[in-house]
Amino acid sequence: MNTLPSIMLLGDIRDLLDAVVLARGEDMSMEIERAYCADLMSDVLAFSISNSLLITGLTNTQVIRTAEVATIKAIVFIQNKRPDIQTISLADEKKIPLLVTDLSMFDTCGLLFEKGLRSCSGLEF
Amino acid sequence: MGSTEGVFFLTGKDFKNAGAASSSLKGILEGMGIPAAIIRRVAIASFEAEMNTIIYAVAGMINYCITSEMIRIRIQDMGPGIENIELAMKEGYSTAPDYIREMGFGSGMGLPNIKRNADTLTVNSVIGEGTTVEFIISLSLGE
Repeated sequence: MNTLPSIMLLGDIRDLLDAVVLARGEDMSMEIERAYCADLMSDVLAFSISNSLLITGLTNTQVIRTAEVATIKAIVFIQNKRPDIQTISLADEKKIPLLVTDLSMFDTCGLLFEKGLRSCSGLEF
Repeated sequence: MGSTEGVFFLTGKDFKNAGAASSSLKGILEGMGIPAAIIRRVAIASFEAEMNTIIYAVAGMINYCITSEMIRIRIQDMGPGIENIELAMKEGYSTAPDYIREMGFGSGMGLPNIKRNADTLTVNSVIGEGTTVEFIISLSLGE
């Protein structure tokens, strides 16, 4: 059992990152098993896997479109980068929860990794 | 079973709606009960092609044709054309300006990402006229 990657609830991720929820607050019991981080949306499209968490510093509407087509479950914006209202309402429409944290990309990923969350690469540590 | 066909029209530089056509296409496929793993491949490939059209071309259109055996997507644009298709197929090769990169695109993964998700891919381009990208994803393979 301890060799399996940890599954985190989105609400626990919110608490760990001291994040603010910008969209879909009702989805905090969502289970997250894998994460991918990038500012390049084509990398997300190429290397993320279905149902993962996206951690990014980009906040435009294309991030939501990318998440939708790549079936990303939820998005964390780092360093207090806040999307505009169009981006938030598109996320609401597509049922993709949005969180924003003050933490850097490195610290965000580090904290989640420490809790047992793993990447989309399939590598286990 | 016959085929389901349709078309979406794209406007160059309309970044606000960039991705909306691929999103609609995804909805159509979901409504038809196509397996999720197949839908993801179609949607990713279609989205990359849609972004290419919006970034580089004046206008374009996405034609889709869905049969019991396969999904065929053809994206035709009125754009500058691709000078060297072989180079454009290489991961990391891009001619995108900085403002496109700032949006998270133009990293040279567009055509490679389409190829990665498609069973067959054909790219035809005429300089000064436009580019046609056609890909097929088989429904008899995969999950």
